[in-house]
Amino acid sequence: MVMTEVKENYLERFEQFRKVVAKNGQGWLCPTRQAAMERFSELGFPTPRDEDWRFTSVAPIARTPFQLPQDGRVELTSQEIEPFTFPGLACSQIVLINGRYSPELSSLRPLPKGVKVASLAQVLMGDRDSLEVHLARYADYQNDAFTALNTAFMDDGVFVHIPKGTVLQDPIHLLYLTTPIGDPTIIHPRNLIVAEEDCEATLVESHASLRDGVYFSNGVTEVVVGENSILTHYMIERESQEAFNVSTLRIEQGRNTNFTSHSVLLGGALVRNNIHPVLAGEGSTLLINCLYMGTGKQHLDNYMKVEHASPHCDSRQLYKGILAGKSRGVFHGRIVVHKDAQKTDAKQSNKNLLLDEGQIDSKPQLEIYADDVKCTHGATTGQLDENGIFYLRSRGIDEESARAILLYAFAGESLQRMEVEPIRKHLESLVSEWISQRKLLENSK
Amino acid sequence: MTTDTKTIKTLVDKEYKYGFVTEIEADSIPRGLNEETIHMISAKKNEPEWMLKWRLKAYRHWAKMKKEKGEPKWVNVKYPSIDYQDIIYYSAPKPKKELKSLDEVDPDILKTFEKLGIPLEEQKKLSGVAVDAVFDSVSVATTFKEKLAEMGIIFCSFSEAVLNHPDLIQKYMGSVVPYTDNFFATLNSAVFTDGSFCYIPEGVRCPMELSTYFRINAESTGQFERTLIIAEPGSTVSYLEGCTAPMRDKNQLHAAVVELIALDDATIKYSTIQNWYPGDKDGKGGIYNFVTKRGKCLGRNSHISWTQVETGSAITWKYPGCILQGDNSIGEFYSVALTNNHQQADTGTKMIHIGKNTRSTIISKGISAGYGQNTYRGMVKILKGATGARNYTQCDSLLIGDKCGAHTFPYIEVKNPTAQMEHEASTTRIGEDQMFYCKQRGISTEDAISLIVSGFCKKVFRELPMEFAVEAQRLLSVSLEGSVG
Repeated sequence: MVMTEVKENYLERFEQFRKVVAKNGQGWLCPTRQAAMERFSELGFPTPRDEDWRFTSVAPIARTPFQLPQDGRVELTSQEIEPFTFPGLACSQIVLINGRYSPELSSLRPLPKGVKVASLAQVLMGDRDSLEVHLARYADYQNDAFTALNTAFMDDGVFVHIPKGTVLQDPIHLLYLTTPIGDPTIIHPRNLIVAEEDCEATLVESHASLRDGVYFSNGVTEVVVGENSILTHYMIERESQEAFNVSTLRIEQGRNTNFTSHSVLLGGALVRNNIHPVLAGEGSTLLINCLYMGTGKQHLDNYMKVEHASPHCDSRQLYKGILAGKSRGVFHGRIVVHKDAQKTDAKQSNKNLLLDEGQIDSKPQLEIYADDVKCTHGATTGQLDENGIFYLRSRGIDEESARAILLYAFAGESLQRMEVEPIRKHLESLVSEWISQRKLLENSK
Repeated sequence: MTTDTKTIKTLVDKEYKYGFVTEIEADSIPRGLNEETIHMISAKKNEPEWMLKWRLKAYRHWAKMKKEKGEPKWVNVKYPSIDYQDIIYYSAPKPKKELKSLDEVDPDILKTFEKLGIPLEEQKKLSGVAVDAVFDSVSVATTFKEKLAEMGIIFCSFSEAVLNHPDLIQKYMGSVVPYTDNFFATLNSAVFTDGSFCYIPEGVRCPMELSTYFRINAESTGQFERTLIIAEPGSTVSYLEGCTAPMRDKNQLHAAVVELIALDDATIKYSTIQNWYPGDKDGKGGIYNFVTKRGKCLGRNSHISWTQVETGSAITWKYPGCILQGDNSIGEFYSVALTNNHQQADTGTKMIHIGKNTRSTIISKGISAGYGQNTYRGMVKILKGATGARNYTQCDSLLIGDKCGAHTFPYIEVKNPTAQMEHEASTTRIGEDQMFYCKQRGISTEDAISLIVSGFCKKVFRELPMEFAVEAQRLLSVSLEGSVG
């Protein structure tokens, strides 16, 4: 009953929204939006009966009547956004407030010739040609309700186009800041990153809240990696403990490419981090490195599907989780090796530390249709090593510090793989802050 | 390479050794399934009223399930839908008179068992294995009954137990696999015809391996057997099960239910060698093996161990599991599953940790050749109260040939933070360097594969009782030799 009402609500919103965007010179996208909306209304929100959502109930999202954000401008100073930037990092920074591009807060470093970094809303209005080839061609709105919803309502985000043979020295930081005011809002960030042949670039996507409050960020990022290119993507989730976040990263890897995805999930009430790379060209390399740390009642869901569609590709997926308080972690990892993807080498690992009353549901999967492959996966769940604590204590370190050191070491393994130093340093400080705050929380109990 | 291809061909063309049909007069009921069928089966077996009631309850539930949801869809196997009205639910060799001893069993049936390699007579004398052979739907003979009875062990057919030990049956039947459990278990609860029953009294260590042999003989019959093993406190039993069927063009359904109950300090070891007819090389015919097996470690320090070697069946679909309810109880699962030609297997285990300090070990080895699809699906669930639970899982897959598939779908759910669990899985093919090493030492391709595969399965074979281990090894090498590409 209630569910259908909510769906009606989205359909109604869509009708209004469609009329607005059709006037903005985005008429060409309307059929896609329409198709996506129809798919959404057929699919509806997933339930734990759907195999891919077995351990995550999106009922809190489905039952909240979210509003599209109003155009009310939010005045922010650069000081206010400073905590969310990386000290000492020279980078181009695109700031989006409540899902809208903010030109005042954004700043671009000098970019090599031909590189385009712009707000998606602007490009949608003026530059159909550069978008049409790629936009909504990869992220699957036919089977994923959230991607369908995003495709129907996509409005703003970041478009990056890197022409052939370009190396971007400085990372590009996409900073999504939300200030929930009034009714719960829903935003649909949409990014499209296109790198042509022989490029190199680093992109950082951060999601943060300026204050507590209920809202839902349903983002989709499509990345196209052209032949011989090297791309790195960071996803940093540090939103308020009331925020809902579903993020989908869809990567299309061409021949001889190298893609790295780092995720650090610290915030959010219910977070679903989808990563779906397709190794479409031969001889590519992929690394997915993810760290998730939950406290309180957080629910952190990591969904990963790696498709090996071509021969001679290597992939590594390393997920580590620390679940404290009453938080719940989910890992759903799936490696699919298609018939022709011979000589595939894929390794997947999921390690979890449970503290307090933390819980974990882990589902590492291998689906293999080729024979000349090497695929492994491993999953462990356990506690801090008592012998390790004993060792540290025998050297005069108190128990609390010993536990903190071991926790930090566990998380550090993931952080060490991050190559951009200022980002790594910043995340290291966030992690140690998390560890010390956790201790405080426990002590106050 | 060419010699390899040749050996593949000879292998693929190899006939199923157990594919003979025994011509004996059978007492069958008409095809189809309705409440009348249930009444008929129950009447044929002279069952008491409560049994009939239970069957009808299950049947009604099944009919509801079929109407609402149909067969389970989540499983990673493909088969045309089954017409449940086209199955004969009861077929028994026509009894000539009341059987008093083995000598009175139809000599044709005895010959069949001899062909299968289980000469009841001989076994009785020599090997000390007590066999209960189930032919189609009726248990034909149980050897060694008297000898076991001296120790208080009850080992008989399920129908006999329903008549002679109703209290035990009523207490335990359906306590591990309730009649509502799943589609095929519900079907079995409604129409099961026979099976084995085994009761080990307190403190008794069963002096011999107990064994059942199942065979589907008559055409378009389904076999729905039901096994119940109860181990009282401090007792120990090892149970073996083997299966074969004749070659038929049509698929036959086999939906069995096995329930094990281990009380305080009791140990049950259950070993299966499943070699049902797998269908011909194009995937025509063969047995659908949809089985529900579950053990309950009810008492403290109880121990249930499943070992299975699955080489037959067109489709295998089974997850022998353990409910670890008693504190310090142990569950184990050792499995080798082989799929060749067009066989499909979706098998694994379920370990539900409820009690404190419960431990489970899972070792699963899957081998896929030809067009075979092999799936491991396992669940390890550690509930809130299972403090100090421990699990170790290892599942490895071996791929032979480029048209087969191997899949691993584990589910790990941990709700207690003191639990420790490890899972590892790998999928590879036989390494070229391994092959090269063997061949360079003068070992033929075939022998080398057989060597590598038996090494791959060693951890599981080690768990099998002696006689079975030899048979399992032979079965595997027969099914596999030379099939490397």
